[in-house]
Amino acid sequence: MNRRTLLATAAFAIGLAGAASAQDSTKVGFVFVGPIGDGGWTYEHNQGRLAVEEHFGDAVETVYQESVPEGADAERVLTQMALSGADLIFTTSFGYMDPTLNVAAKFPNVKFEHATGYKRADNVGTYSARFYEGRAVQGHIAGKLTESNIIGYIASYPIPEVIRGINAAYIHAKKVNPDVQFKVIWAYTWFDPAKEADAATALIEQGADVILQHTDSTAPQAAAEKAGNVYTFGQASDMGEYAPMPRVSSIIDNWAPYYIDRVQAVIDSTWESDDTWDGIGAGMVKIGEITDAVPADVKAEALALKEAIANGDYHPFTGPLNKQDGTVWLAEGETADDGTLLGMDFYVEGLTGEIPQ
Amino acid sequence: MDLSAINPVVLTASLMVAATPILLAALGELVVEKSGVLNLGVEGMMITGAICGFATAVETGSPTLGFLAAMAGGAALSMVFGVLTQFLMSNQVATGLALTLFGLGLSALLGQGYVGVKPPATDRLDLGPLADIPVLGRILFSHDLVVYVSLALVAGIWAVLRFTRAGLILRAVGENHDAAHALGYKVVRIRLMAIAFGGAMAGLGGAYLSLVRVPQWTEGMTAGAGWIALAIVVFASWRAGRVLLGAYLFGGVVVLQLNLQAAGVAVPVELLSASPYLVTILVLVVMSADRGRAALNAPACLGRVFHASS
Amino acid sequence: MIRLEKRPAPSRAWGVAAPLLAVTLTMAAGAGLFALLGTDPLAAIRTIFWDPLFNEQFASYSRPQLLVKAGPLILIAIGLSLGFRAGVWNIGAEGQYIMGAVAGAGVALAFYPLEAWFIFPLMVIAGGLGGWAWAMIPAILKTRFRTNEILVSLLLVYVAEQVLASMSLGLMRNPEGGGFPGSRNLQQYPAAANPERIAGTGMHWGVVTALIAVIATYVLLHRHMLGFQIRLAGQSPRAARFAGVDPNRLVVICLGTSGALAGLAGLFEVAGPAGQVSIDFNVGYGFTAIIVAFLGRLHPVGILLAGLLMALTYIGGELAQFMLGLPAAAIQAFQGMLLFFLLGVDVLSNFRIRLGRREVA
Repeated sequence: MNRRTLLATAAFAIGLAGAASAQDSTKVGFVFVGPIGDGGWTYEHNQGRLAVEEHFGDAVETVYQESVPEGADAERVLTQMALSGADLIFTTSFGYMDPTLNVAAKFPNVKFEHATGYKRADNVGTYSARFYEGRAVQGHIAGKLTESNIIGYIASYPIPEVIRGINAAYIHAKKVNPDVQFKVIWAYTWFDPAKEADAATALIEQGADVILQHTDSTAPQAAAEKAGNVYTFGQASDMGEYAPMPRVSSIIDNWAPYYIDRVQAVIDSTWESDDTWDGIGAGMVKIGEITDAVPADVKAEALALKEAIANGDYHPFTGPLNKQDGTVWLAEGETADDGTLLGMDFYVEGLTGEIPQ
Repeated sequence: MDLSAINPVVLTASLMVAATPILLAALGELVVEKSGVLNLGVEGMMITGAICGFATAVETGSPTLGFLAAMAGGAALSMVFGVLTQFLMSNQVATGLALTLFGLGLSALLGQGYVGVKPPATDRLDLGPLADIPVLGRILFSHDLVVYVSLALVAGIWAVLRFTRAGLILRAVGENHDAAHALGYKVVRIRLMAIAFGGAMAGLGGAYLSLVRVPQWTEGMTAGAGWIALAIVVFASWRAGRVLLGAYLFGGVVVLQLNLQAAGVAVPVELLSASPYLVTILVLVVMSADRGRAALNAPACLGRVFHASS
Repeated sequence: MIRLEKRPAPSRAWGVAAPLLAVTLTMAAGAGLFALLGTDPLAAIRTIFWDPLFNEQFASYSRPQLLVKAGPLILIAIGLSLGFRAGVWNIGAEGQYIMGAVAGAGVALAFYPLEAWFIFPLMVIAGGLGGWAWAMIPAILKTRFRTNEILVSLLLVYVAEQVLASMSLGLMRNPEGGGFPGSRNLQQYPAAANPERIAGTGMHWGVVTALIAVIATYVLLHRHMLGFQIRLAGQSPRAARFAGVDPNRLVVICLGTSGALAGLAGLFEVAGPAGQVSIDFNVGYGFTAIIVAFLGRLHPVGILLAGLLMALTYIGGELAQFMLGLPAAAIQAFQGMLLFFLLGVDVLSNFRIRLGRREVA
């Protein structure tokens, strides 16, 4: 963008931003990457939006747009939302990062909250959830439950978030079951229920009796149910319809408290750009009910682990831990720093196979 | 890497299930194209069938009724295409694509209340001792009814097209609609029936996804299966037997590549993910190079507008 | 009894009136759909068709965005229309679009952070070549082995998507991106960026190229031998052969041109509005362009108008979603209806409606 256009847009933006703030109720926008009926990632963000509506009643108006592709379309949608007078906009996918910052620069009076990103500005904050804490609890249960000692893992794309989950689950499964082995299938899709079903079936056929998934559909649950003695965990949403077997627990994205909190901050004019990375403790990550298919002692251990993580006594990445190639990553008692976790691109020692690059 | 973990028998049984939705939709499209009509709306009809079947099965508790409703839904949607292309003589390629767009939207609207609902289970057909036969039992006698229906349809469509008068008329309409018309056949009516059949089959394939294979409802859950079904018809050069081959080949490579990954084979994942498409292209190249004139199998009037001028 | 009688030549009056009738019919039917969903139908129709163009709050921003959205659609559809006229079925423009973007962005990333005037022109060439090369695969398979180009071009879309994912996660991943997928943002690399040329117009090089393509194709089809051959091959392959048209050459030219134009569209998009190579870079322009090509009746000017209309429904649809809370699915269904009506009423320009008995021929 050359200097002249920059100035022109800035002037244009300031004029409009002034107009936007001159209204009574607070307008909160949400931009979703999938349809709100995806039953997973976007579904849970929309639940958060509904919670905001319920909490504030008439004081807050929410608007949303679903299935917004990342990139050029996102920038347009965001601009139009800001032009329509939104005071706060949540952009709920990593790929909205640059569009969010571009639009935020044009609308200094509108606040933005970008999920899972790492770039911030005066009016752009970021937030994300420490799902790996839930994965640690899952890994513990999985390690105890498996009899074949083979745990299947359906992964989406090799990004730090997913790799972190695999590592956290593996570390804690291995801790309670040294013979455990992970088989990872990279589905290379965010969304293809049929492929997830095939992946789950392939893992089960190769001896896995616990399936973990980093994809959002219930297809693996159904495959496990059909196979009989296979355990699964709900992902993103509770997937309680498959409880008590095969779904024995779940990791639930719970955005409602955070969204209510941030909207309140905007109403009180106390909103400031910051970086939130909350886990079980703050309630952003919830562990769904552990069913009776899990032996009582295992359940108790899992709940204790969850408790320790929640109150900060225990960090799921605590040394001694080595990387896959045997080099030392964390010394005895050392815990991983957030920077390394955010950019995690390696397996821990013991995992087989390679991360696709 | 542990290839011994892959059991070919189990793999075969899985690929049959994996391929069934595409197989059903492709069989329907085969009949449509044989009548000289190109309906690119398979994806839209599949997903409409998926939600019609799902909703009906959930409301009534009966998967069978669900499958029937899916066929009705797919056929009903296909009639939009039928009316536009047969009576209003619109362009088939564009109308088919519009049908996909419309079907994706419509299904999502219909399905709003069905996210996160578990459908009633579709039972495997109990074939008693047959299922216990080693190897064959697992491959052939351990499936649900729809898998057998799909196989029966392959044989049925092949036989009808090849040996019956109805099949002959259908092919005549597809090869030369003017001549068929001159002979007194109702070209438009025959084509409408073919289109409805194609819609019903696509709907059934969609419901197999939402009721058996996945089973759940989410927006856009067919994720491109309809397009693959279209490709399979071309791959098969418009023969029922080769539709089966194509669908099982494609489904087989999908299942195999996931199994190879699980077994830890050191092949780049991107390549494995692309392999079903690459293998399908390769096999087709080999077959068409071999026989030279494969393309000539396409019905001569495929996609052409028919208007009875006399 | 109603019957249709073929007009000796398409009616010019209806050629203009039919789309207007279709839009009116769609508004009526759409209003019914929106009313069923509990939305004020008039407000919905106004938001979709009027607000992007004339709303005080949005229009100054939305209007130029129409060009941004329509640009790639028109550019791709123009290329496809040549092939469709000649009976060459390229269904895989989406894949060629991806490969053009990957190739063009690859050039930019290879030179990063060098600032030099030649980088953008090189990217344009690479983008065109990338799309062209991807389209040459079905072309060569078709001419050498008679492999059906519909199947090959369509399946190669999925292969291209894997290439795209692989590039965003591997080779082209932004080394300063914290391990997340996606390349560097080309908007922030001035030598490679494709920004708006004139502020507030939406005009970037891709839009300019699309307009040039419209004019060039018009001239080609009406004034040039190749254009004649293309039209002839589509209307009567046998006659074309007698007239000395080499079908293989035509396949290569048509697929190559449409591939190159789709590749260019991808390049301009990745360097401009989208900014980066990412897993979800492609959003279906290649498929929508097929509809645009046919809505425009394969005529360059028609394609221009059809592209703009599609863009309008996209942008208006977005507005309707968050202003009125309509689900995205309703907009999709509405677009489908619009297409049905547009395609359906076309019958009026080619046929005359006659009432009464059919006379004996």
